[in-house]
Amino acid sequence: MLKKEDRMFPNLYGTESPGLAAAKARGSWVDTKTLLEKGRDGIIAEMKASGLRGRGGAGFPTGMKWSFMPKEIGDKPHFLVINADESEPGTCKDRDILRHEPHKLLEGALLAAFAMGAHTAYIYIRGEFYHEAQAVNKAIDEARDAGLIGKNACGSGWDFDIYVHRGAGAYICGEETALLNSLEGKKGQPRNKPPFPAMAGLYACPTTVNNVETIASAPDILRRGGAWFAGLGRDEKNTGTKLFCLSGHVNTPCNVEEEMGIPLKELIEKHAGGVRGGWDNLKAIIPGGSSTPLLPKDICGAVRMDYDSLREVQSGLGTAAVIVMDQSTDIIYAIARLSYFYMHESCGQCTPCREGTGWIWRIMQRMVKGNATVSEIDMLLDVTKQIEGHTICAHGDASAWPIQGLIRHFRDEMEDRIRTYRKTAPRIAA
Amino acid sequence: MKKIFEPDAAYQPDTFAFKDPKKVKDILGRYPQTHQGRRSAVMPLLDLAQRQTAKEGLKADPPHGGWIPRAAMDEIARMLDLPPVKVYEVATFYSMFQLAPVGVHLIQVCTTTPCWLRGSDRILETCREKAGIDLDETRPDGKFTLVEVECLGACVNAPIVQINDDYYEDLTPELMEDILDALEKDKKPKTAKTAKIPGKTPESSPRRKPGSS
Repeated sequence: MLKKEDRMFPNLYGTESPGLAAAKARGSWVDTKTLLEKGRDGIIAEMKASGLRGRGGAGFPTGMKWSFMPKEIGDKPHFLVINADESEPGTCKDRDILRHEPHKLLEGALLAAFAMGAHTAYIYIRGEFYHEAQAVNKAIDEARDAGLIGKNACGSGWDFDIYVHRGAGAYICGEETALLNSLEGKKGQPRNKPPFPAMAGLYACPTTVNNVETIASAPDILRRGGAWFAGLGRDEKNTGTKLFCLSGHVNTPCNVEEEMGIPLKELIEKHAGGVRGGWDNLKAIIPGGSSTPLLPKDICGAVRMDYDSLREVQSGLGTAAVIVMDQSTDIIYAIARLSYFYMHESCGQCTPCREGTGWIWRIMQRMVKGNATVSEIDMLLDVTKQIEGHTICAHGDASAWPIQGLIRHFRDEMEDRIRTYRKTAPRIAA
Repeated sequence: MKKIFEPDAAYQPDTFAFKDPKKVKDILGRYPQTHQGRRSAVMPLLDLAQRQTAKEGLKADPPHGGWIPRAAMDEIARMLDLPPVKVYEVATFYSMFQLAPVGVHLIQVCTTTPCWLRGSDRILETCREKAGIDLDETRPDGKFTLVEVECLGACVNAPIVQINDDYYEDLTPELMEDILDALEKDKKPKTAKTAKIPGKTPESSPRRKPGSS
């Protein structure tokens, strides 16, 4: 279990004020100038040493991502964009950082922007988080008044400003290039890569897009050292602490900061009061947000919560949003509802995703009733394979994976439902 | 489900003007002062227009909530020197931009899997019965519109309903009834913003509004 002093987000639950004075008392904005004096290369080296991987879902090493930005600032300005479009079903960790630890985020933004040569940062907050955006705006005003950001931020000689840009209800804007299009005042449709944002991102300028939790982790990593962060976790590829969101059929749903690689069962029993009705009442768990394939109970008992352990069981850490489902759950509907979500949120740009997500939802509606044939399960699997990997962004993949997980682990239940339905269904009159 | 855009409908006003030039200036100031940079203001300006009509709508008969008339989109296009369609396509893409008048209180029930697991069906049913309208309907007195939305991103507080800007969390049918009763009487319902501390039930966790210090 994570020791109290190793936590990076002591005010995750908002038990103290999110304001500047309280944030300073918790260690934010203390000697930020000294951290900046490590220089660009020093900061990036420390981030690389920490082994921090992007907390938005894909898990790309953060230090390496920052190092992709051009070394010299050419005729185009550099931008840092912070992705606070948290919309993956099950995920609500960034929300608590935005409203309870906004100064951690702002300090991280300054450090990250300095390391990549950016004078301007935008925080793209999902539109529904109105009060959270207000909280961040308030923190920005406090920091600007105190000279922590703005001209000569923290007395470092670096000019840095940061603005909030609110989204307006589109899951797809969590995809980094869709986010950039949205920030440019366009429809949130993903762009082809390459060019990668580090070469041509916001306004075709070098840009790095990072998740809120990733950026908010930077101050503690730089203050306590990359080695401290790397010392936590399971191995050198799965380091540090992570915010887990525990929702669904648990006794006390919550967000919690824990060590990377904590066993899933321990995580749920220690922090979420256990599965409703006891561990034996568990049916399945979605370990990393809606797009990661679900895991049945027998795997849940042994698996650890980190990028590579979950990959080994054909799922993923994603955003570490743990959705717990007990025996009372209609697992086919639970996944079908996600199919509806992906259909609703498809941006409509690529045909396999635009059309395929609708196919999946329509087949899944029949699967929920059992009004299908067993061979259609294979057809459904085939449809998901036709979408996966055939689209510009990962939305297509994300719509396919939950179905593949369902068929992998609960095919028997799907077949049973079809057989039961066929026994009782009305026949076409002769 | 979002209303379709009817640019020539009878309810569309002929003109629109922003009433708060300070806010407009503030929005434009956040982005680079180039043609491309100014375009970034499309979404914040659409939001501002929607908030303005929401304010005006309270005095209308019947009252209505925030929505974006075509005239507002045309005005934004003019201000940013864009073809109007570039604003229309943004307004129609994002689910939070209302393209036709809605009720004063836009009840948005999340029914995505994490909320569904914790009983969003019953919350939706309560809203239907209490407000007396079905999904995607607006009550004739203009007070309520009921819609279903996708994940609101507060899953540890499921089930959740968003009404205008406010989240109502950890709902039960009883709490939902209380909220709608309060809105019916034009009172501000108590927002139950709960930060959930591990091992504590929602009732025993401290409640505070985000941003309050």
